[in-house]
Amino acid sequence: MVIETTAPDITAVSSSVAHVKPTRGVVAFRVANTVLLTAITLITIYPFINLVAKAFSSESYIAAGKVNLVPRGFNLATLDYVVGDSMFWINYKNTVVYTVVGTAVAMALTTTYAYALSRPQLKGRGFFTGIALFTMFFSGGLIPNYILVVNILHMRNSIWAVVLPGAISVFNLLVMKSFFENFPAELEEAAQLDGMSTYGVFFRIVLPLSKAVIATMVLFYAVSIWNSWFSAFLYLDKKELFPVTVYLRNLIAAATNSPDAVGSTDAVQIGANIQSVTMLLTVLPIVCLYPFIQKYFVSGVMLGSVKG
Amino acid sequence: MTVTDVKHAPAKQSKPVLAKPVERTWRQALRRDWRLYSFLVLPLIFLLVFRYVPMIGNVIAFRRFRPGGNPFGDEWVGFYYFRMFIHNEQFWNVFWNTVILGGLTLLIVFPLPIVLALLLNEVRARRFKKIVQTITYLPHFMSIVIVAGIVLQLTSVNGTVNQIIRALGGTAIPFMQEPGWFRSIYISSEAWQTVGWGTILYLAALTTIDDQLYEAARIDGAGRWRQTWHITLPGIRPTMMVLLILNIGSFMAVGFEKVLLLQNPIIYSTADVISTYLYRVGIQSSQFSYAAAIGLFESIIGLALVLSANFISRRLVGAGLW
Repeated sequence: MVIETTAPDITAVSSSVAHVKPTRGVVAFRVANTVLLTAITLITIYPFINLVAKAFSSESYIAAGKVNLVPRGFNLATLDYVVGDSMFWINYKNTVVYTVVGTAVAMALTTTYAYALSRPQLKGRGFFTGIALFTMFFSGGLIPNYILVVNILHMRNSIWAVVLPGAISVFNLLVMKSFFENFPAELEEAAQLDGMSTYGVFFRIVLPLSKAVIATMVLFYAVSIWNSWFSAFLYLDKKELFPVTVYLRNLIAAATNSPDAVGSTDAVQIGANIQSVTMLLTVLPIVCLYPFIQKYFVSGVMLGSVKG
Repeated sequence: MTVTDVKHAPAKQSKPVLAKPVERTWRQALRRDWRLYSFLVLPLIFLLVFRYVPMIGNVIAFRRFRPGGNPFGDEWVGFYYFRMFIHNEQFWNVFWNTVILGGLTLLIVFPLPIVLALLLNEVRARRFKKIVQTITYLPHFMSIVIVAGIVLQLTSVNGTVNQIIRALGGTAIPFMQEPGWFRSIYISSEAWQTVGWGTILYLAALTTIDDQLYEAARIDGAGRWRQTWHITLPGIRPTMMVLLILNIGSFMAVGFEKVLLLQNPIIYSTADVISTYLYRVGIQSSQFSYAAAIGLFESIIGLALVLSANFISRRLVGAGLW
């Protein structure tokens, strides 16, 4: 799992002691620090290793509590079983569709809003920013949202129920706004002198020069929609519309809450290998893209923090 | 967009010189910048419909809602539903569960990234540091469904935790069927999931501390601990305060989705929180008005907590969200 990344590396502070001969206390601290950090890293990675091990183990070894680091009773039957379930692929495809559509909608709304808010000539900027900010600290709550989507907009069992309610993330909006605010004004002035309208400036100058921040925001939205399950769980009740996270949730719930599960000791283990395989297949795209995701997420979070 | 950019970013925050905000009337502004205002139309409609309509929708907490009737309720009933939950013993059970779980999260999970950031900051081997960071960030990107699935597997009777207990000669514990264990499990999984990612902002803040301060402290004979205490910690205090205020703001909402995925009826006595309770009575039992009243109560406490935390922080340390 050692992935080469370009994540920021911050060693500036400790370099100030480089020329001082380390005392015994310092050496002891460094050793203890390395041991501690190694332990934290191993504890963090262990559940994933365990997941892989279970995915390829046979049921009997898992039920006997013998699977931890390596697969026992290695087999690919579970993988075959999960891959052979057509509902799994239908739901997987739904996740892809929801992620693509949701990200597109969210990006369209966030980019245009952030750009308008970043322009000093926009009268009422404070007000338009404020009404977005306020929603960060006070929200309508579960029930009114549910009534809105189901009773007023009649979006039950529609992709829009999954895709629309979360479309603008205020955090992402602020990140983009602060990026656009630092955009060199000369470029836009020059374009306007050449007779370009606001639309021309935005689509032909600002957007092409903002690829980095756009990539960051796309990843922010895409990862969050890929991972989300609750709005789909809440608003969809047709199996063939579920995203894969809900498929997985139902799998786990069925194993945990099956009628004979209560009190039965190995209830959770029923299908533990099936659960593990499904989890692995669900995180696979995220793990594959992880080097990019990590890099862009780190820069995005910092960009947001500059503005606070 | 690397750390170096971020370091210099505050310096170039001077506003672009494009068009000094001349005082214009709305009519002039709209005529001159109508294209810019057209960008606002869809986002504002979105905010209005999906953020502000639900806020207004909270009136059903004061009105009787009938399925199929008016979505904003049929008749006024005043504080009927508020009195109903205030006199409900089960509500107080979930209320205190929420406070305890939220309090434990703040007390235990919130400081961990600070400690980890300080430890990481002392690491000299760049490669080792990168590996630690890469791996500890990973859980942040996992779906909450997967996190819950992993937790349920690890704590199951044949899971790793019980394998260790058995190896040490103990007897297996059915963790998810014993209410006494829920809080420890929830807090541990929170720590596992958030500690690495939480270090990012602290690590960034640490790079902004002036090296000369350490130099001066060393000349004055301050050891490593005193340097950490008197220079490093004050240096990251604004970041700490901002994150603390944000955390206090989400105090009442305590990881709703995760609790919902982890809980089961056997452990409701500790594992049921306000948000999961209102989900059950509201969505599953269709008592919309009653659940909306609880939700409104929760949101108002959340807002009050953020506002007071921000106020106190500004008074005490001069740093806040706004």
